[in-house]
Amino acid sequence: MSVHLEQLERVVIRIAGDSGDGMQLTGDRFTHETARFGNDLSTLPNFPAEIRAPAGTLHGVSSFQLHFADHDILTPGDRPDVLVAMNPAALKANLGDLPRGATIIVDTHDFTPRALARVGWTSDPLTDGTLDAFTVHAVDLTQLTLDALADTGLTRKDAARAKNMYALGLLSWMYSRPVEGTIRFLRQKFAKTPRIAEANVRAFKAGWNYGETTEAFVAHQVKPAPLPPGEYRNITGNLALAYGLIAGARRAGLPLFLGSYPITPASDILHELSKHKRFGVTTFQAEDEIAGVGAALGASFGGALGVTTTSGPGVALKSETIGLAVSLELPLVVVDVQRGGPSTGLPTKTEQADLLQAMFGRNGEAPVPVVAPRSPADCFDAAVEAIRIATAYRTPVFLLSDGYLANGSEPWRFPALEQLPDLTVEFLTAPNGPDGTFLPYLRDETTLARPWAVPGTPGLEHRVGGIEKADGTGHISYDPDNHERMVRLRDAKVRGIAVPDVEVDDPGADARVLVLGWGSTYGSIGAAVRRVRRAGHAVARAHLRHVNPFPANLGQVLARYDKVVVPEMNLGQLALLLRARYVVDVVSVTQVRGMPFRAADLAQTLQGVIEDD
Amino acid sequence: MTDTVAERAAGSVRALPSAPPKAKDFKTDQEVRWCPGCGDYAILAAVQGFLPELGVPRENIVFISGIGCSSRFPYYMNTYGMHSIHGRAPAIATGLSTSRPDLAVFVVTGDGDALSIGGNHLIHALRRNVNLTILLFNNRIYGLTKGQYSPTSERGKVTKSSPYGSLDNPFNPVSLALGAEATFVARTLDSDRKHLTSVLRAAAEHEGASLVEIYQNCNIFNDGAFDLLKSPEGAREWIVPLVHGEEIRFGAGGDKAVVRDPGTGALTVAEGVEPGDPRVVVHDAHAADSSYAYALSRLPERDPRLTPMGVFRSVERPSYDRLLREQMEAARNEAPGDDAALNALIRGGDSWTL
Repeated sequence: MSVHLEQLERVVIRIAGDSGDGMQLTGDRFTHETARFGNDLSTLPNFPAEIRAPAGTLHGVSSFQLHFADHDILTPGDRPDVLVAMNPAALKANLGDLPRGATIIVDTHDFTPRALARVGWTSDPLTDGTLDAFTVHAVDLTQLTLDALADTGLTRKDAARAKNMYALGLLSWMYSRPVEGTIRFLRQKFAKTPRIAEANVRAFKAGWNYGETTEAFVAHQVKPAPLPPGEYRNITGNLALAYGLIAGARRAGLPLFLGSYPITPASDILHELSKHKRFGVTTFQAEDEIAGVGAALGASFGGALGVTTTSGPGVALKSETIGLAVSLELPLVVVDVQRGGPSTGLPTKTEQADLLQAMFGRNGEAPVPVVAPRSPADCFDAAVEAIRIATAYRTPVFLLSDGYLANGSEPWRFPALEQLPDLTVEFLTAPNGPDGTFLPYLRDETTLARPWAVPGTPGLEHRVGGIEKADGTGHISYDPDNHERMVRLRDAKVRGIAVPDVEVDDPGADARVLVLGWGSTYGSIGAAVRRVRRAGHAVARAHLRHVNPFPANLGQVLARYDKVVVPEMNLGQLALLLRARYVVDVVSVTQVRGMPFRAADLAQTLQGVIEDD
Repeated sequence: MTDTVAERAAGSVRALPSAPPKAKDFKTDQEVRWCPGCGDYAILAAVQGFLPELGVPRENIVFISGIGCSSRFPYYMNTYGMHSIHGRAPAIATGLSTSRPDLAVFVVTGDGDALSIGGNHLIHALRRNVNLTILLFNNRIYGLTKGQYSPTSERGKVTKSSPYGSLDNPFNPVSLALGAEATFVARTLDSDRKHLTSVLRAAAEHEGASLVEIYQNCNIFNDGAFDLLKSPEGAREWIVPLVHGEEIRFGAGGDKAVVRDPGTGALTVAEGVEPGDPRVVVHDAHAADSSYAYALSRLPERDPRLTPMGVFRSVERPSYDRLLREQMEAARNEAPGDDAALNALIRGGDSWTL
């Protein structure tokens, strides 16, 4: 065993290779090992939309970034301390993100003049000084893998495929990760082809041994993070969201019906929910986005919790049905895992540019509550909250996740079902009007919600529809006064949704600048705020879970500060809403690169605003 | 949990076993707002008339419609109902039907609603064989938007939006439904109450998706579209009656018949056919081979006036709803779905304690 373990507080590793090289799997395994070990962590998978782009090309590069630490961290890290590059394209595509002094482990196997030329290098970067600013380990990982598997009888091609596990073995040694989990995982994953399983295990162990015996590498230790006590697991945003939907429906006492059409980056939620029929979950893969939400709304009419999952382009198609749900006043959860737009945009990259679509993307006055998770694990709680609002207020609700949250992961101190709020829903089972009549639009005095009377209930037969309804009876009505009343009632219902006050984090209570965000910028903003405070500046921060309606105290909070900075991965959509609603000037900080904000960049911006104040 | 909703819905205890409903029990207090003389009135009366015989409690019947004149139908039925958005009724009804097997779900739609804006949902509901009874009112015109040509209007039709004549080749809804592998496809006529009722009853009793095309006169924008079939002589000469197990004969004294060409196997119409002629086709709505029903639906290619009426095809195939239910039950029998199991799912296989 190596005698010397260099202690580190935190490390950012990025593993990059061809999209067929298994980089996401490698990253995922390293994440699991790291979670098991007890570090806090945050991940950022980054892959092309094409399934298998041509090998060795820049646009075919797939990468996985992992930030892990001995303390609580908030982001997947701005710039990698260590890059593992499996070919010239992976090196070239990621080089620009590395800080001086970063470590590069590069598989030299494919560094042929032809492969170099393919990515626009006329000389070999390993020898021409391109990498002088870095610590470079140029190793023929592929050949080492082939050597390690020489006597397995595998073809050269099959054996070479295990190079990602070789690299994972080496990394696992370098960062003192536990290995049992990965060995168990490999044997399970390749259970049907034991030869492949053993080859992968052997490559993994060989990579570990290579680190230990060559003395070229230093073993590091990042101690476990002192997170709050409890039981943890690692989880991605899409998985947490799927579990949140199941758990929320269970707490509401309703069967869950998902109507959905495959779309990146939301499809994983459909995949996950389709496994869980035993929990009363029905998944319906519809013929299109419109049918997905239509079926969900039909199920809600029948007394199920209707849910549809999609991304921005899908929301555009569903808009008319969401408007119908506003008019019918039935529960419906619309999950939008946002990606870069407009149109097809950047299917595998993240963005927050659907906020205004969620707010206003319908004909007529059609208010819809908007809830946004702030981290991968928080997708669980946000889903439960969306279900609470949808069922209690009989309304469609937007749940705005995004590509970063969907695929990113972090440790999660998961709750037990019993700790979640009781969301029990009562159907109406007896007439509520005079003389045994039923008034489908007679509202609850507190919530303004209408009764949910489901088919099969004798005596409550009624008709609903998208035509304006008479207050109370729900009959067709074109009466001007009635329309005015109904539009305002629907608006008042959504405005009146009870949401918790926004909490402000201002340790010294002396900040003059507030930074306010929503959704997935939570981590980046938090990390930036730490930097700014460490540099001796006071800055307050707050983060919105509810974008519609805003928390009741938001206006007062905004008014307390000289300046309010609003970072968003769009061109200022929340800023627009805040200015309109509170007539407050906000400093809008925007970025649309398909990637989360870098904490360092945000910190610099914040510091600039504070110094100007 | 699916059953729970049905049980909770029915949970409000009925004081007395309700008396069998009558046609008038299906009428609502809403004033019917179709134009006087519209074919929709006859269809409404027929539906209200046959529903009591269906043996399904009124509260378990749901009518879902899209947009258009016909789609106002649910407002006039004292059942549960939803007047939804243009073309989407089959999608909405699919969600309702699959999550509530205790309900009888009807879709009411028109030629524009079902075949233009909603064509995609229609074919997919049919191919999945969702347990829906789809009533397609075909008046070959857009009525509610005041007179544009529809996807079933004949080519060359002069309308507000086609002053030089429409260039569109029309859909034959029966052919379309058969192409989508529907398990029940029929055609009937608004003015023939008896035929309409018998076809609707058969459709409602069918497990899976059933599509009934109802020729319906729009007396404002396309008056007389089906007049040829409404005179005693026209009906006799041009309606090709499809009755399962019977020879397909029509014309005066049954001298016209659908016959199979012994050489090509194609269906055609022969005149002056004697009794006992072995070429005459005996209608088999249950034929496994769907090309037979399709060939019947194409008879108008021989003469556009030829109009087969009745049940073209009625075959058994498990409904989507049933298959889904079986899958859900199998999953439940395989492993528990209680709170403890859900907690275990959330915990996963790789948790750790700090």
